[in-house]
Amino acid sequence: MAFDSLSAFIAMEGHGPYVWTCYGVFFLLLAGLMVWSRHRRSVMMEACRRNYERQDQGQQRAAKPAATFTRVEVSQD
Amino acid sequence: MWQLFHKLGSPKWFYGIATRLMPWLLVGGALLLLAGIVWGLAFAPKDYLQGNSYRIIFIHVPTAFLAQSVYIMMAVAAVVTLVWRMKLADVFVKAVAPVGLVLTFLALFTGAVWGKPTWGTWWIWDARLTSMLILLFLYGGVIALDRAINDEKSAARAVAVLVLVGVVNIPIIKYSVEWWNTLHQPATFKLTEKPSMPAEMWVPLLLSVLGLYLIFGWLACLRMQTEIIAREQRTRWVKDLVMAGRH
Amino acid sequence: MHPIRKKRLTIVLFLLAGIGVAVALTTYALRQNINLFYDPSQIAAGDVPQDVRIRAGGMVEEGSVIRDPDSLKVEFRVTDFNSSVPVEYNGILPDLFAEGQGVVAMGKLNGQGRFVADQVLAKHDENYMPPEVADALEKASKGQHKAGETAQPQSY
Repeated sequence: MAFDSLSAFIAMEGHGPYVWTCYGVFFLLLAGLMVWSRHRRSVMMEACRRNYERQDQGQQRAAKPAATFTRVEVSQD
Repeated sequence: MWQLFHKLGSPKWFYGIATRLMPWLLVGGALLLLAGIVWGLAFAPKDYLQGNSYRIIFIHVPTAFLAQSVYIMMAVAAVVTLVWRMKLADVFVKAVAPVGLVLTFLALFTGAVWGKPTWGTWWIWDARLTSMLILLFLYGGVIALDRAINDEKSAARAVAVLVLVGVVNIPIIKYSVEWWNTLHQPATFKLTEKPSMPAEMWVPLLLSVLGLYLIFGWLACLRMQTEIIAREQRTRWVKDLVMAGRH
Repeated sequence: MHPIRKKRLTIVLFLLAGIGVAVALTTYALRQNINLFYDPSQIAAGDVPQDVRIRAGGMVEEGSVIRDPDSLKVEFRVTDFNSSVPVEYNGILPDLFAEGQGVVAMGKLNGQGRFVADQVLAKHDENYMPPEVADALEKASKGQHKAGETAQPQSY
């Protein structure tokens, strides 16, 4: 251990705010990116599933071409 | 050799491989990254000059390193897109560009927060920082260009050309600290020499670089899967896959 | 390889080479603008315009720092071990500022060849080490220095 106590570890001899800001933003953004990416895949699967079900029910709505589907209908944000 | 190349080009084959790889990438990456960071934050000795603020290095270097290697991977994929028209290469570029954007932002952000206590300023327009900012804009440009073009094939080619044009920035980032006078110091790690830091500092750094690499691999697989489902939704196998997951 | 692919690959390679040459020439032409600061040698050689805001960078010369006891005013010399430039500055110095450390100062060169700075930034090198190792290194180098002095006094 490079520090004597927990409070010394938090303070980092005055550099605490800098160090902890960096690590906080790093974990927040990385975790956010991971969760968002997972969420996007399940949203995509759900959208496809609904599309298939509609087609299977024989409702003669013209299926849209696959290429424009992602670009127009599913938000990528 | 060519058979593997063709297999790699098959979205279905890739989807299966990715599903099998992803748990390993996630668990391995998280363990390595956390080990490196905990070691670096709590156990590595402080620096004689900078004190504890140097501990930012354990995320600054991994994000900066990944930001550049992701771009190089994208450039390789862009060549494959332009020459061999392989769909998966284009899927890769589109899937990882936002990841590269976040990594570049993190490298710049952690660098700025580190610069304040060490250099005395958040930002300076030296060659290293400016070329890294250009990398951020390149990632943004790739994402924007892809969304601006509706036709999939035209978008793939336009994006590939932009990625290739931007790749000249990578050697500029790498050698900026040697070619010009900069405030940023030269690289601590060089391929040919021993790192200019002791093992109790560079081992945790290496762990977190490897860990972030694996996490990136997981993100790339996941995001490529999303893009593959979107593009291949009219195929039988995607329908089977999607319907099998829901009962 | 398929001839069409070969052609495409050639085009891609030419594209890359073309951009590479263009960027190399541009950065070469702009190299003085890309450089963040002037070396003391360049300033001593008169390559630097007077009364224009520029940056000067180098090492703080050992034993050159004079702090004004009543104010924040400080004077020191910046060296690249070939020539050195006197710098005066009125303000708070970064924590890492010390003799033998790198600095980059922003300001103007006045008529007397003095550099009047309004901002001083610390520049550190790529070496990291624990404090104990740094101390040991310093002791070792001092010891060597002494040994050197006693070993070859005749050479002076």
